[in-house]
Amino acid sequence: MSDGFVVAIASGKGGTGKTTVATNLAKICAEAGDAVQYLDCDVEEPNGHIFLKPDVSEQRDVTVEVPEIDPAKCTGCGRCGEICQYGAVVSVSGQVLTFEPLCHSCGGCWRVCPTGALQPKPLKIGSLQTGRVGQLDFASGLLEIGHVRTPSLIGEVKAWIRPDALAIVDVPPGTSCPVVAALRGVDFVLLVTEPTPFGLNDLKLAVGLVREMQLPFAVVINRDGIGDDKTASYCRAEGIPIAAKLPDDRRIAEAYSAGQMITEAVPACRERFSALRDTIDTVRRECGN
Amino acid sequence: MKIAVTSVGTEMDSQVDPRFGRAACFIVVETETMAFDVVENGNVASAGGAGINTAKAVIDTGAQAVLTGNCGPNAERTLRAGDIKLYTGVKGTVAEALEQFKAGALTEATGPSVDSHAGMGQ
Repeated sequence: MSDGFVVAIASGKGGTGKTTVATNLAKICAEAGDAVQYLDCDVEEPNGHIFLKPDVSEQRDVTVEVPEIDPAKCTGCGRCGEICQYGAVVSVSGQVLTFEPLCHSCGGCWRVCPTGALQPKPLKIGSLQTGRVGQLDFASGLLEIGHVRTPSLIGEVKAWIRPDALAIVDVPPGTSCPVVAALRGVDFVLLVTEPTPFGLNDLKLAVGLVREMQLPFAVVINRDGIGDDKTASYCRAEGIPIAAKLPDDRRIAEAYSAGQMITEAVPACRERFSALRDTIDTVRRECGN
Repeated sequence: MKIAVTSVGTEMDSQVDPRFGRAACFIVVETETMAFDVVENGNVASAGGAGINTAKAVIDTGAQAVLTGNCGPNAERTLRAGDIKLYTGVKGTVAEALEQFKAGALTEATGPSVDSHAGMGQ
């Protein structure tokens, strides 16, 4: 696999094994000679680095622009507050108040300001770490505590995607804005689930999202053997391919809890991930990449 | 003196709305004459910044004080910038709230009474 292809590893439910699948798939592909990138977009709680143990060569702040008022230049005209849809800028009694956590950085307020009293200033929302694990490219975002500009930071992590590599995007759990930001523009999605009623409930939500976004997808069943067969029945009825099943195996849990790659600790897992790589290669060729 | 009271309805005997930013409406009363206007609140279902925009709207009515149930930090900061006196923890009907205010039975708030987003989904 040498042409660019972006695979997102997502799930509705948290803790189903997204990072396990994403990191091990990235490692197997890199070992097979693919040009691979692993991008941790679970920026509120990134943990891919625990398993991949990258050599981080660069760390930089990620900032967004928010308005800053110079009261000496403000005439109190109020245009800034009128254009803001989020209440992040308001002009009352001749003074402008700004509320940075509400700002979406559209830039409307400083563009309509007739006197230049409002100017953009950088606000740190997180950081980006980049490095390598052998031949594997590694990038990970970390959101600053107390900040909510998750989609903006995810966009910065994804800006690292190279056009000539297989990019594996580790997506946050759920189905809200950060997930949409992480999934937007990817070529293929793997939805990781557990075969339990909880897992199935949240899988259905995730399926609804990827269908709405018109993204091709398949399911990975993790901890196969627990719960019931309703997840498999659901996938069959909905015509959703099951790309891989990972067994419920105590050795996998032990390796995971020690921060080890399960493809190294449990040899049987290697075959499953090699087969998953083949499946992705097939999808990539079907997509015409 | 003009006073804005958050209200769930449009009458003086309507209940005080416990929310500020997402109050159903405001009854703005001139205490000398007890003549009042009903101001609909356009921020009831706002995606964000409801308290700030509602505070701005209240300031624009010319009111000098607000009587309400709860008020969050962003709205409180905006009202303070507009030199509006804030009274939280107010209950009963709008008319009763005004009587309490006139009798000096209400204590001016020294800060927000709840965190941001407390009035969402109510």
